[in-house]
Formats: sequence, structure tokens, C-alpha cells
Amino acid sequence: MDQVEHRLLNDYQRDFPLEPRPYARIADELGLCEDEVLARLADLQARGTLSRIGAVVRPNTVGASTLAAMAVPAERLEVVAALVSAQPEVNHNYEREHAFNLWFVVAAADQTAVQATLESIAAETGLPVLDLPLQTAYHIDLGFDLQCP
Amino acid sequence: MPVDATDRRLLAAIEDGLPLVPQPYAAVARRLGLDEADVLARLRRLRAGGIISRFGLVVRHHELGYRANAMAVWNVPDAQVDDMGRRLAAYDFVTLCYRRPRRLPNWPFNLFCMVHGCDRDTVCEQIARLNAEQTLASLPHEVLFSRRRFKQRGARYFMKTDVPARGVA
Repeated sequence: MDQVEHRLLNDYQRDFPLEPRPYARIADELGLCEDEVLARLADLQARGTLSRIGAVVRPNTVGASTLAAMAVPAERLEVVAALVSAQPEVNHNYEREHAFNLWFVVAAADQTAVQATLESIAAETGLPVLDLPLQTAYHIDLGFDLQCP
Repeated sequence: MPVDATDRRLLAAIEDGLPLVPQPYAAVARRLGLDEADVLARLRRLRAGGIISRFGLVVRHHELGYRANAMAVWNVPDAQVDDMGRRLAAYDFVTLCYRRPRRLPNWPFNLFCMVHGCDRDTVCEQIARLNAEQTLASLPHEVLFSRRRFKQRGARYFMKTDVPARGVA
């Protein structure tokens, strides 16, 4: 990763310019041209490092979401994980080292839609689903500092 | 703060990301039948009001070298959990810290922290530090490292039928 990529990824996670030509503003700050900034961002996105540029919405303000967990027998994990990932309401879906080995986040317009997704996953897999909605946020998503080698 | 129907349409329109064009807010405004100044004013208001907790690049931590991703969980007495949650959130290596309900008998844990680190040893040391400094070691606790990532993208709270398709010039 070169210095321009590092600054693009590190410096604009929280306060991306809210002005008519944000990429021109960033170009100005980094000593580049606007089209170079756009090309670099498109490249980072194509490589998967950049997910998107946008809003991270505070939980429980618009829409509804929950964290869910399942204890899936090892031999069924891939199939169940694929079924879970196929739900449009599921955004993150991870295997973790635990008897509860499948963890995913469900987000939708309202609580009814979230519950319907959990029920549908439970019904299709025949496995119980733990519903672990957020009750209190002590620290929310503020982005990542780039510090790994 | 109030969030009106137009705010919701706007948040829905940018859920997949701001377009990579010189005037992205104008492009979003056109899709919604708004003007650029209105889109910018709404985003600034949602940001200032805390509905948008951050606005900017959303990166994939794994691709940035954060290969060790642990969810540490504790069973903290209800009377102490808020205080403990605030203490843990103050550590710079704790990226998320939430209270969630217990689901007995199989899930007795109510305090969740995410620790993302460059390698597993470092993350284990950081969690050990939380346990030692905050005298959490005597409480039931577990650490769940992530193994495989099956899916990762932004949340989609909205029905896409509310928003015209993008990609139309």
C-alpha cells in the first residue's frame, strides 16, 4: 500500500467531505487531481479493501437489527452458512470458534421483518437461533486506524 | 432528533455507497427528485444529530491486515454492566462494546466487546489486559475468534422498492 492509499483509507473514514465536490476536496488535501482520487478509490473498491463510501447509521435509530448465533453441527456448517448468507437481510456472517459457531447480523426496516428472517432461518435449518439484540452501545463503530504491518 | 420520510429515502439511496463521480450528492439528489443542497443539508443534519455515527470510507478490516478478530464476552451482574461497558469502551483496541441479553441456559453472557488486531497473540494479550485491569477474570467469560467470513457488507435497512434503480444517466 502506498502513501496515497494509506491516507485515503485512514483519513476519510469519519468525516468525508459533505460538499458538492468531495473528491476534489480530497484531491486538494492530498496533492492529487480529482480524477486520480476517483480512480484510486475505484481501484481500492475493486480489490475489496474499500467496501463503500457512505453512512454508518447508529443502531436502533432507523430500521431494526440484531446479532444472531447458531450452534451448527460441523458437517452442516457450509450449507447452513450459505443459506444464512443468501438472506438479503443478513449483512455480516462469520464462523467463530465456539459451540455457537455461526454468527450473523440481521438488519431490516423494522423489528417484524428482523424476526421473520430469524424464524425463516430456524424453520429452514431446523436449528434454534439465538436472538441477541443490542440493548446498550458503550462504543460504536468509529472506523479503523491503519496500523497493521 | 426526528427522521422524516425523505431522510429515510436518502439513507436508503446511499446504502450501497456514494457514487464515484465528481458530484456524487447531485447524482443521488437526481435519483430522489431532490436538489443537491437539500441532500447535503440533510446529511449534515443526520450526522450532527448522531443518526449517522460516521460518514466516510467503510473499509474491510481483514484486507487491511486485521487478521485476528475476537468477540470477547462476559457475564457481568446487571447492576455493574453499564459501568463495566463504559470502562471497556475506553480502551483504544476495543472497537465495539455492547450490552446484549443473556439467553439461558446456553448463553449466559451479557457484555460483548470486539477486538480487531493484526495477530492472534496481540489480541489475546489485549483481552488478558482487560481481564486483569478490570478484575473481570473471576467472572464467566469466553473469547470467540472468527474463523471464516461468509459474508460482509453494509446493513440494508430499507426496501429497495422505495428508491429508483441507480446506474441511469
